[in-house]
Amino acid sequence: MAVSAAGLGRRHGRRWVLAEVGFELPEGALAMLSGRNGSGKSTLLRVLATAIRADVGTAHVLGYDLRLDREEVRRNTALLGHRAHLYERLTALENLALAARLLDGDGRRAALLDRLEEVGLVDRADDAVQTFSTGMRQRLALARVLQQEARVVFLDEPYGHLDPQGFLLVDAVLRRLRARRCTVLMATHLLERARMLCDRGLILDEGRLVFAGATAEMPEGAVTGGAWFAEGA
Amino acid sequence: MTALVAMLRKDLLLQWRGRAQIVAIFAFGAATLLLFSFAIGPDSVALRQHAAGFLWLGLLLASTLSLADSFEGEMEEQALEGLLLLPASARAIYYGKAIANCAQLTLMGAALVSLIVVLYDAGTLRLLSLLGVIVLGATGLSAPGTLYAAMTAQSRARQTLLPLLLFPLVVPVLLAAVKATSLLILGDPMGQLGSWASLLGVFAVVHWALGGMFFERVVED
Amino acid sequence: MPQPTQRPVPQAIVALGAALLCIGSYWGLAKAPAEVFMGDVQRIMYVHVPTAWNAMLALTYAFICAVSFLFTNSWKWDNRLEAALEVGVVLSLLLCTQGAIWAKPTWGVWWDWDPRLTTTAVLVFAFGGILALRTFVDDPMKRAVWSAVACIVAFADVPLVYFSVKWWNSLHQAQSTPETVSKAFHWPLRINAFGILFLWTGLLTLRARTAALRLRSEIAPPLPERPRALSEARIAGGGG
Repeated sequence: MAVSAAGLGRRHGRRWVLAEVGFELPEGALAMLSGRNGSGKSTLLRVLATAIRADVGTAHVLGYDLRLDREEVRRNTALLGHRAHLYERLTALENLALAARLLDGDGRRAALLDRLEEVGLVDRADDAVQTFSTGMRQRLALARVLQQEARVVFLDEPYGHLDPQGFLLVDAVLRRLRARRCTVLMATHLLERARMLCDRGLILDEGRLVFAGATAEMPEGAVTGGAWFAEGA
Repeated sequence: MTALVAMLRKDLLLQWRGRAQIVAIFAFGAATLLLFSFAIGPDSVALRQHAAGFLWLGLLLASTLSLADSFEGEMEEQALEGLLLLPASARAIYYGKAIANCAQLTLMGAALVSLIVVLYDAGTLRLLSLLGVIVLGATGLSAPGTLYAAMTAQSRARQTLLPLLLFPLVVPVLLAAVKATSLLILGDPMGQLGSWASLLGVFAVVHWALGGMFFERVVED
Repeated sequence: MPQPTQRPVPQAIVALGAALLCIGSYWGLAKAPAEVFMGDVQRIMYVHVPTAWNAMLALTYAFICAVSFLFTNSWKWDNRLEAALEVGVVLSLLLCTQGAIWAKPTWGVWWDWDPRLTTTAVLVFAFGGILALRTFVDDPMKRAVWSAVACIVAFADVPLVYFSVKWWNSLHQAQSTPETVSKAFHWPLRINAFGILFLWTGLLTLRARTAALRLRSEIAPPLPERPRALSEARIAGGGG
């Protein structure tokens, strides 16, 4: 199993943002994570990526415990979060170069320009991130995620802020990740699009997991955004 | 080691890109020196006698601004978290930033020295020793300063909190650096410079060790 | 869930401490003979020295709580840390006030830069600053971790502050508060020391309880048990 969680819970003040979340994802799965705003999707991804800790419960990524083997989990995962994880005063190239240096990856200018080419930012390579729009920052963040060549990738609303070309970019990235047998868990509101690409689905409602299974079996309401939670979940 | 070098390069580059801000902070430090002279009055003898104190007070006040600024870039787009998730060693992040902050404070201190020479007629021929004292003092300020700046950058009322937490802690640095600088400016008949410098050194060693130990807990969730 | 009534042990300790303090103070202030050189002014030592011992003890306990919290991540140590910080700051403030009261008639100034008292004043700001930090941080976990770290760093700084102030002041005329009273007057001193000790340990226990209650209102209660079938879901489909 690439990802397995049991009883995960996380508090924020007096609220349980995640409660008793347990599921498994096999290696190579391309899974979508959906739910209303505030249902805990971002929190779940951040907990699995070890950006924040779970208050209760356990989880393993590629066999590594989130709490005990945090470094190993981080080495094998990548997170595309809501914040871009970028330095505004540095250029796009410099941000990627820093990550490359820390990952012992290919830090040559040509290699980094290739990465920027992949996300359509090559002509802004030497501009400071400060000058980038939100969509451009997201593209750069995506390039940084790809740089990590992780086996498990967590994407938090990758389509958000992007233009139609950006949508195609994300689709292509997902297909490439699948071809490399990476495990992907993607939070998204674009249910129709995701359902076509993904083979598994998870649905969160108020911090609890109300569905986990193949996308083919996802309740219709989940796809159309209707009142599926009235179906006795 | 390479991680530390990478972090240091990153922090120095960030400082260079933000040099307009650093110049403004230096101007703030210079302004405080001017205000001190107005507070004391145009008594050149008194001003010269207290010049060392003014220098270090000015630098200390300016340091709260520059230390806080050093974490602005980390928090804007959660870049610090991004580094930790790569994974990158928290210790390397801390030491890289602390060294860069130390360099910046040394530069500012040296620049302020030129001001006290002019305003207070407080110069010295022992320039290398003076530089040494400034480096030691900056080293002492930057270690706890970087640790607390990391904390306060994540909380409310950060402008008040950082000085509130830092100032009591760095009293030994203030005392020792002022004394050492004073000896250089006014004369050191009994050769006490060495003991004050040692105190600065001990302070630096203790706090660089503590900072490296605790930084991870302070920035991780 | 109704809170089980706790036995009023801390309150009893506080009462005992107050009683001892009254006895010791009466003895020292009224019954013990005046000191040869300084006269009645010296009598403040019967309160000043015990306060000094206890202030250092309280801050040391705060340090222990901080270290324990970082090792165990147990909330009880954070509650005790909060209480110990408050007690330590109050005792240190008292110490400075007593020092000033002694200095004025003796040296003619309120503050004479005595190394120990000056260090205490710095400690008031250092540990008081940590209390201020606690009010500005909303997340209980961050608040606990940061104040524990700040407490350890501040505590490690104490010897550095003391030595730097001592050397700094030694260059000028040495004016220092006397170490203690002479041997014949030890008993009121010891009684007061224990009096203050019981007073602050009792108050600390009560304050830690208040902190625990406040924490309970900030953090969500543990989740109730739910039936297994709803709490876990496996991926359906062959092969897995």
